[in-house]
Amino acid sequence: MKRILKTNEFYITIVLVLLIFYIGSQNSTFFSINNWFDLIRSGIVPGIFVIGTLLVLISGGIDVSFPAIAAFSMYTTTSIITSLDFDVPVIFAFVIGALIGLFLGFINSIFIAFLKLPTLIVTLGTASIYSGFLLTFIDDGQITRLPEAMTNLSKTRIFEITTDYGTIGIPVVFLITVAIAVLGWFLLKYTMIGRSIYALGGDEVSAERMGISSVKIKVFVYCFVGTLAGIAGVIHTIMTRNSNASDLLGGELLIIAAVVLGGARITGGHGTIYGSLIALLLILIIQNSLILLGIPSYWQRFVIGALILIGTGLSAIQVKRSLEKRNPIMTE
Amino acid sequence: MEPLIEMKEISKNFGGVKALENVNLTIYPGEVHCLAGENGCGKSTLIKVLSGVHTPDHGEIFINKKRYKRLHTQESIQEGIQVIYQDFSVFPNLTVKENLAMGYEMSNNKKLVNWKLFEKIAKQALETIDVDIDINEKVENLSVADKQLIAIARSLLFNARLIVMDEPTTALTDKEVQSLFNVISNLKRKGISILFVSHKLEEIFTIAERATILRNGKNVTEQLISELDTNQLIYHMTGREIKETTYESEFNENQKPLLKLKNFGLKYMFADVNLEIYPGDIVGVTGTLGSGRTELAEAIFGIAASDSGTMEINGEEAKIKNPRQAVKRKIVYVPEDRLTKGLILEQSIERNIIISTVENLLKKFRLISDNKVKNSVDYWIKNLGIVAKFPKRNVSVLSGGNQQKVVLSKWLASEPDILILNSPTVGVDIGSKEEIHEVIKEQARKGMGVILISDDIPELKQNCNKIVTMDKGKVISIDHISEYAMSR
Repeated sequence: MKRILKTNEFYITIVLVLLIFYIGSQNSTFFSINNWFDLIRSGIVPGIFVIGTLLVLISGGIDVSFPAIAAFSMYTTTSIITSLDFDVPVIFAFVIGALIGLFLGFINSIFIAFLKLPTLIVTLGTASIYSGFLLTFIDDGQITRLPEAMTNLSKTRIFEITTDYGTIGIPVVFLITVAIAVLGWFLLKYTMIGRSIYALGGDEVSAERMGISSVKIKVFVYCFVGTLAGIAGVIHTIMTRNSNASDLLGGELLIIAAVVLGGARITGGHGTIYGSLIALLLILIIQNSLILLGIPSYWQRFVIGALILIGTGLSAIQVKRSLEKRNPIMTE
Repeated sequence: MEPLIEMKEISKNFGGVKALENVNLTIYPGEVHCLAGENGCGKSTLIKVLSGVHTPDHGEIFINKKRYKRLHTQESIQEGIQVIYQDFSVFPNLTVKENLAMGYEMSNNKKLVNWKLFEKIAKQALETIDVDIDINEKVENLSVADKQLIAIARSLLFNARLIVMDEPTTALTDKEVQSLFNVISNLKRKGISILFVSHKLEEIFTIAERATILRNGKNVTEQLISELDTNQLIYHMTGREIKETTYESEFNENQKPLLKLKNFGLKYMFADVNLEIYPGDIVGVTGTLGSGRTELAEAIFGIAASDSGTMEINGEEAKIKNPRQAVKRKIVYVPEDRLTKGLILEQSIERNIIISTVENLLKKFRLISDNKVKNSVDYWIKNLGIVAKFPKRNVSVLSGGNQQKVVLSKWLASEPDILILNSPTVGVDIGSKEEIHEVIKEQARKGMGVILISDDIPELKQNCNKIVTMDKGKVISIDHISEYAMSR
């Protein structure tokens, strides 16, 4: 129990619950099905990003190239399928997107795992290369007519209700995010490779001595993140029914912020799926719902920034306190 | 009895430098064998050959009569050889149970984690060395001694027949060393051999049965400890005799004190310290880790300023709130952990030496004068006997003893009145240790006041004219050296 009290996850959960009740008490539309469906919809793509970013942070690295990878695979996938003369099932879109993401992630890992370059520098570089390459070789920058299979999927919902404003529902692609979250959770908690990622982030030299190949783990992590980004890109396109090459770019900081707020440390070795997702939800609520309180939307960024400082600051202060408690020599 | 391990005529070169030359090492089952020698004598290289990290250029290794030309890391582990490194190779961010069980499960080629099994393995591992540590605690919250126990317990999971401990007592308190020795005796009773790598004489005599001593990459001798005395051991390790000396201040007692502490205290850390330091004094401060001795030193230097009592410097009352003020008042402090606190590891030897005096080495337009820098650096390298052919190389390439000399020269260059040294010879071999002691005494003879904090009682007896003993934040005795020798 004491251990739970020390975690970021615990504080974030409390802040989230308080925020939900506060906003709800001020404006009852917050609790409407409409609002919550909106929240879930807006979390589908970031939810996948958050899980990839979490893995990278645990391993002790950082990746800012995933939005570029997502944009690249989404646009390329859509153009490939559009250019085909025959109809393909929608699953192909995901497979192609995932493969492109995997490939781009692998390029990242060549620099990071084999050449051992700093992860921030590498991914800053490749992010620019991926998006630069894409924007150079496309004509008008967007595909507005999606292939039929993709459009159909965008209309499929798992849950639907009719309200005064029309029919609303949760898109079926939400299940993919759920599946990826479960997969991530299982990977991190119950597989040796997942625990190796934690070990690597904790102490790379010790990990090597124990027989963990840091090259293999890093290749796995960056390929995994690339694949997730590829899939997220395809989902984004399906949900917006539009493939815009400059979409998604610039979203990396918010995602990294969510993961850090959820308890991951930039220095590696820490972080959980639960914490990251709950922190993402908190950020989404602030983005979507501060407006319900009558707070101008440009305050969102301010509030999110403040939350990150307070959230990470709190845990830092706690660590410092517990150290002080352990150290005193005399007790009076 | 048949030997467990025989290393015969092992040689290893690193780019023309002979690290090992025809070295032999024989270890019998269930013995505590000491591998002794100064830093750079080839101890670590020999261990790395045994653990499979280095391939020997020449020689052979027999393990239970099985002959190896070279060992691979995995073979070494399979033959039951386990190395406990100085940093213990633990994962601070993971729990105790995971630290214990993960490597074991990995060597069984498990792909999935069975947390119940992890718990079982961890409990068993801790039982074999008879210690009680909460297996759900994160390792970063444990003491150094507990981390070491985790590393030992973990190595036993691999059916270890030989555990190599590389300078295992460096970061332990006296009490913890004692319990480590108990663990070692326990392992011995189970028939497990220990290769104890150390250069601390007291420990070697307490725990080891036989010793192999290396010097400059060659065997010097292999003997039963019972046949050796301290002087012989020192002679074998250093190749020269080191005299037992004592230090007496040559200044008369009517001097003004350089530093006077009156009821000096810091909440929760130490209280009511009354101490006077005169020119020529070398005041030894001892007491276990957690006696408040480091905190006292840091308070004098202003790292964590004191909050009660007064401090007088040269008869004037002074408040020191941060290290900059201390340095201005000519008080300097050489911290315990020279690697993280005393040196800028990524910078050159030269820059580390001049860092505290760079203001005096300027020319026109306040630019740094290369000539002045070179003169100053040459002077200190010569004066302190720093073995550094290329002062422009990173300070991290130097051995422990030479690094410590760089830290010393950095502060001596600023010509302080009071020099506070915290465990200056930890991890320093006997030869350099003696040189460092000589430097300290020479400075004191010139009128500096020195505070020397150390665990090493013989070191204090040989170098100090006063010894302060602290316990639980209080000074329990201040003895003149002659009285101190009597009272022990």
